[in-house]
Amino acid sequence: MSPGVVALSIISAIVAVGSLAGFYARSHRKMDLEQWTVAGRGFGVILVWVLMAGEIYTTFTFLGASGWAYSRGGPVLYILGYQPLMYVVSFFVLPYVWEVGKKCKLQSQADFFEVRYGSKYLAAFVALIGVICLLPYAQLQLKGLGLIVQVASFGAIPPTAAMVVAFALVAAFVFVSGVRGVAWASVIKDILLLFAALFIGIAIPHIYFGGIGRMFAAMAQAKPEHLVMPGATKNLGHGWYITSVLLTACGFFMWPQSFAAAFTARNARILRRNAVFLPLYSMTMPLMVFVGLTAVLVLPKLSDGDLSLLTIVRKTFPAWFLGIIGGAGALTAMVPAAIQLLTAATLFAKNLCRPILAPGMSDQKVARLAKVMVVVLALGALYLAIQTSVSLVSLLLLGYAGVAQFFPGVILGLFSKRVTTSGVFAGLAAGVIITSVLMLTNRDPWNGVSAGFIALCANFVIAVVVSGFTSVRVAGFEERTAAAI
Amino acid sequence: MKPPSLGAILLGLIPFLGGCFSVALWDRIYPMVFGLPFNFFWLIAWIVLTPVCLYGAYRLEDRGASGSTPEEGGAR
Repeated sequence: MSPGVVALSIISAIVAVGSLAGFYARSHRKMDLEQWTVAGRGFGVILVWVLMAGEIYTTFTFLGASGWAYSRGGPVLYILGYQPLMYVVSFFVLPYVWEVGKKCKLQSQADFFEVRYGSKYLAAFVALIGVICLLPYAQLQLKGLGLIVQVASFGAIPPTAAMVVAFALVAAFVFVSGVRGVAWASVIKDILLLFAALFIGIAIPHIYFGGIGRMFAAMAQAKPEHLVMPGATKNLGHGWYITSVLLTACGFFMWPQSFAAAFTARNARILRRNAVFLPLYSMTMPLMVFVGLTAVLVLPKLSDGDLSLLTIVRKTFPAWFLGIIGGAGALTAMVPAAIQLLTAATLFAKNLCRPILAPGMSDQKVARLAKVMVVVLALGALYLAIQTSVSLVSLLLLGYAGVAQFFPGVILGLFSKRVTTSGVFAGLAAGVIITSVLMLTNRDPWNGVSAGFIALCANFVIAVVVSGFTSVRVAGFEERTAAAI
Repeated sequence: MKPPSLGAILLGLIPFLGGCFSVALWDRIYPMVFGLPFNFFWLIAWIVLTPVCLYGAYRLEDRGASGSTPEEGGAR
């Protein structure tokens, strides 16, 4: 057998095992809308952990971090910087989100905005932005899958064909399993990824330089500028670092799927305890970065930084090992893509379509529409993945800048009694417009500051100022949630 | 649920000071620690120190929560 066939067979076997775990987990359970989206709110510490880790450790962890270490150098430090900090934010925010979710039986992020601000239009707007931001994230996963198959097949299968196959797999997977199946597939994925990261992160620098320390010593000799900011870029300096880290740390749990993952917990303490220990899981991140940096000296002329990890694995190890790494990578793309599509489709059906266009829809019809939307949205992501060629990290930054704009509405909604519906609406609209204008005119970063962060600040100020001039429409939110138990 | 206590918030701010705002002080290669450039060493250290800070905050919040049991019992 040729090495490409060996690698691809092992990847397929791993993907099959992961999918079977998902299908198996959903059997023997009645799948109503609440089961399908938040698994009946019955997850304990371990499952919430893997579900959240499933959403946190994506293709981006696997290929994007090493890709940026390879192509940008120093600015990749922002990934190491924001990871622990986003859990700090979650520690203070998610338990309160869970509380409201439990009392008002919430299933999605837009539901939260609806009960807090009493406006179905605001909720629909939140759902729409959520769906739009999730598309580049799902696109990133498909692109990652395409890269894996391309490298593992030694170029025999073109990325486009690989992405079409990946799309079919992911859509089928979400269709049958719902959130519980995804969580179980996530368990297998996490074990594999942890093993893969530990092994290649230590082995690759060791094989080429005799250790991580010696790899860095060689880098400090040959390319010292690559190890500090702004690295190989012109404008990603310290101002960009601070603002990007803040934006990402605030934005992370504003992703509709991560926000809704809080609802799957059995109680609020589980979320706090998870926030304490999840940062340790970020230890895999520096290892991925080390692989990317090793590739800078070993494989200096790659066309695409995102290929650096896979190419160096292919160069260093036998084909079966490339298959295992590729399989871990493939699950790492499929599981988050499934969660993202599931979330986007549910948001579309439940918070955008039903309240605005068809108020009479039954829950079953919403569930059916959501399943159709999984396919439609997956096709959208596939189209984008084939049409555009942006680096993995850049795609992610685009989505982050968008979802981070929910942050003021969530924080003010949880902790302020004075904030008004018009205030949050105005702030959110301004934030989204500023982000889009700056990013679409290539002004990110703008004057050395992350564009999304500028928009976030404007969003906060406008929400507070407009709230000062308008009257509170939803009075007694706390009494209403207390009465809803 | 009452808002987080001041002590917990202060503990939560420490990782932001260490890993984010102070970047200009630690973004350098030398001195290398354990073979890592200083900036990499520093951020990896904060991956370990952040759970320590959050554990402190968890203990504070947990104590606060059990202190307010009568209130919660009333809501249930």
